[in-house]
Amino acid sequence: MIRTVVALVVVAAALAMVPLAGLPPFYETFLYLVFHWIVLATSWNILSGYSGYLSFGHGAFFGAGVYATATLAAHYEVPFLWTLPVAAAVAAVLSLVIGLVVFRVRRVRGEIFALLTLAVTFVLATIILNTPIDGGPGVYLSAVPLPQIGPNASSTFYLLALALAFATVLIAYLVCGARLGRGLFAIHDDEDVAEVMGVPTYRFKLAAFALSCALAGIAGGIHALFVSYVTVGETFSITVPLSVVLMSILGGTRHWAGPAVGAAVITALMYAFTASDYAIAGKAIVGLVLVLVILFMPRGILGRRRDRTAPAAPHAEPATSRRENEVPSARAEPAVRADAPAILEIFDLAKAFAGVQALSNVTFSVRDGEVLGLLGPNGSGKSTLINVVSGHYRPDAGRILYRGIDVAGAPGHRIARAGIARTYQIPRPFSQMTVRDNVATAAMFGGATLSRSAAEREATRWLEFARLGDKAGALPDELNLHQRKFLELARALAFRPRLVLLDEVLSGLNPSEIDSAVELVRDIRAQGATIVLVEHVMRAVMALCDRIVVLDHGEVIAEGAPAEAMRSPAVVTAYLGAPAHA
Amino acid sequence: MNVPSATLLGQAILSGIFIGALYAVLGLGLSLAWGLLGQINLAHFAFAFLGAYLTYQLATVGGLDPLFTLALIAPAFFALGVAMQWLFTRFRVSPLNSLLVTFGLTVIVETLIQAIWTADFRRLESGYADVRLRIGTLFVPLPELLTLGIAIALSLSVWAVLRYTDVGRSMRAAAEDAPIAAAFGVNERLLAYVLSGVCAMLAGAAGLCLALSQTLAPAQIYAWIGVIFAVVMMGGPGRALGPLAAGIVIGVSEAVTMAVTAPAWAPVVSFTLLILLLLLRPGKT
Repeated sequence: MIRTVVALVVVAAALAMVPLAGLPPFYETFLYLVFHWIVLATSWNILSGYSGYLSFGHGAFFGAGVYATATLAAHYEVPFLWTLPVAAAVAAVLSLVIGLVVFRVRRVRGEIFALLTLAVTFVLATIILNTPIDGGPGVYLSAVPLPQIGPNASSTFYLLALALAFATVLIAYLVCGARLGRGLFAIHDDEDVAEVMGVPTYRFKLAAFALSCALAGIAGGIHALFVSYVTVGETFSITVPLSVVLMSILGGTRHWAGPAVGAAVITALMYAFTASDYAIAGKAIVGLVLVLVILFMPRGILGRRRDRTAPAAPHAEPATSRRENEVPSARAEPAVRADAPAILEIFDLAKAFAGVQALSNVTFSVRDGEVLGLLGPNGSGKSTLINVVSGHYRPDAGRILYRGIDVAGAPGHRIARAGIARTYQIPRPFSQMTVRDNVATAAMFGGATLSRSAAEREATRWLEFARLGDKAGALPDELNLHQRKFLELARALAFRPRLVLLDEVLSGLNPSEIDSAVELVRDIRAQGATIVLVEHVMRAVMALCDRIVVLDHGEVIAEGAPAEAMRSPAVVTAYLGAPAHA
Repeated sequence: MNVPSATLLGQAILSGIFIGALYAVLGLGLSLAWGLLGQINLAHFAFAFLGAYLTYQLATVGGLDPLFTLALIAPAFFALGVAMQWLFTRFRVSPLNSLLVTFGLTVIVETLIQAIWTADFRRLESGYADVRLRIGTLFVPLPELLTLGIAIALSLSVWAVLRYTDVGRSMRAAAEDAPIAAAFGVNERLLAYVLSGVCAMLAGAAGLCLALSQTLAPAQIYAWIGVIFAVVMMGGPGRALGPLAAGIVIGVSEAVTMAVTAPAWAPVVSFTLLILLLLLRPGKT
């Protein structure tokens, strides 16, 4: 990490010497444009590339910066450099206002977000066009004095853009390696899972959006003076949003340097041909290059290489010896005393979907340290219950006391941080992260909130524990169902939960796989976690559970020791129908 | 803000419906490719303009009736669509990358148009533009009326095919879950070729409408992208009647805004409408 930062500083310092060479202004102007696009593409990528929220509105934030500087410098005679922080602030505030509304709506993802941001661009452009900010004829900045940074005007712009490009790439790099970046990547792959794994998705998206737009705003401020005459038509054209998307994807959106590489390539191509005598043919060649690059390098120039160099598992020790060292009491069956305190108490919980009462008046409690089986026919509300407890759905009524605190309706990441982990019946790994990163992400955002390096050590440990040590460097796609289920368990464990909600971890496994999974669940319990087990495999339920709760049509119909509860008339009726003679 | 007369308002609504019809014709192929093939096809705009220029060429130089040119353009464009689908299948292009690939194609087509017809404005002078119809006090231009007719005919036929025929049902099934549809005997690859060809034919039809009522220039290709995407999204990608309904809503709201306030304010109303709709619309997507 330090090496990359030093390398960036050295490159930027070397480039800062260019004006001293006394090159013709043409070169500095060309490089200014390269840096300009590097800033726009890299800043776009911080939200859209990392988190997958494709913005087509980058032009709006760039334009907000352009007009902030143009208005202040031309109409109010504010010194140019002072307008740049304002340009950043205006763009950031605009993005925050949009984000505060848009990111709250769970439906606004993918192309809806892209379209919304595009629409914002048109609305903003129209407002500026029709108000005194522009009013129609455009704004002249030719009278605005340029600060003396370089020997002449073109080198001043060159140095300004270089400084901003350096800062932007550095920020993109730091975000990529930080918690924010990891959270954004998790959002990209599966936002719901990221939330219940403790990633504060809403805040992260807002932060990334504001950061991304502030940088675009500064780039706009500088560009306003560079072009010295700004118009709504030019500023808010489709060129900016389209170009930044193209550049980033060309370079690779999952790599911090991808957009910068793509920006440099496309700007150079455009410039090389438009400046020559064959401008029209050159443009066609740019189009052709774009098509060919995407067809043959679909992950972008930097995308492919990065996947190949996924590091091998560090210090992978023999699985068996390690496991025995760590879980000496794995076979012991800690008896839960009947008077153990409740870790989770559910009172009168209700949830309905479009008229279907999925849960009604559900009341039961989970004692600290026990394994509670949650049973019931398909559609009885078990998964809904888990979704409500983990914060994915907001309950219509009722209370959920976790260690005495009501968490009903709290955001998923808060509940997760408090120590509740869950698994999914159909495994939902982060598809573009390695198996180790999947588990490390849980460790970073879970109850322990570890640093990245500590989280990776922790991940290695839990992968051994879940018998996945040799798959650490693989992508989830390469695992079979059994391994993916164990990955879900490893992820839940790396979280250091006090309470684990296991949603049908055994379904779809063959008998010997079930045996090893049952063993793993025992091991989890031996770690001190309380377990709520949703399960249909009766053999496993009888072997694992201290008590069971049976649901039918969203209501609790039986509760108690496994064998007794299953014999109760209500349970027999729910599973087998009413007796013929009744 | 000024309150316009009933005639002016009526004329505004009428012209809104007409421009909405043009939006619908342009959006229909884009919507089908997006919803049913998972492609965000920017080249659709380039193909539409290519079609418009071909109509212009065949009508001006070849002396054909503009409407008849479609008989020549449609089959050629079907082949174009099939060729593009081959490219997408061969390289298994993801939806996001389809945006890039088709942008590259758009640039290539744009330069092709520029090389053949230059960057100057071109306008098709057909007999249709001279016909003046009147309904009461309202003036009805024939080219726009033809566009409206084409929009309604195309939208309804695509809708009927998707809803009532086996081919249409198979297409919808393949769009929802291709492997499952294939397991039920749907030849989704063949369907994708046909659909891509049909989308390109729709681009050709949109080109005819553009040539009838608009002034053509290569750079105009990009001018339509924003509003047409709004129309497609608002109508719901893959839904045949969506672009027509959304196009008319946006077109009328723009035209009425122009009549009531200044013309430059028009995008605010339509796009604010779109933003509200996206945020507040209940249900899925």
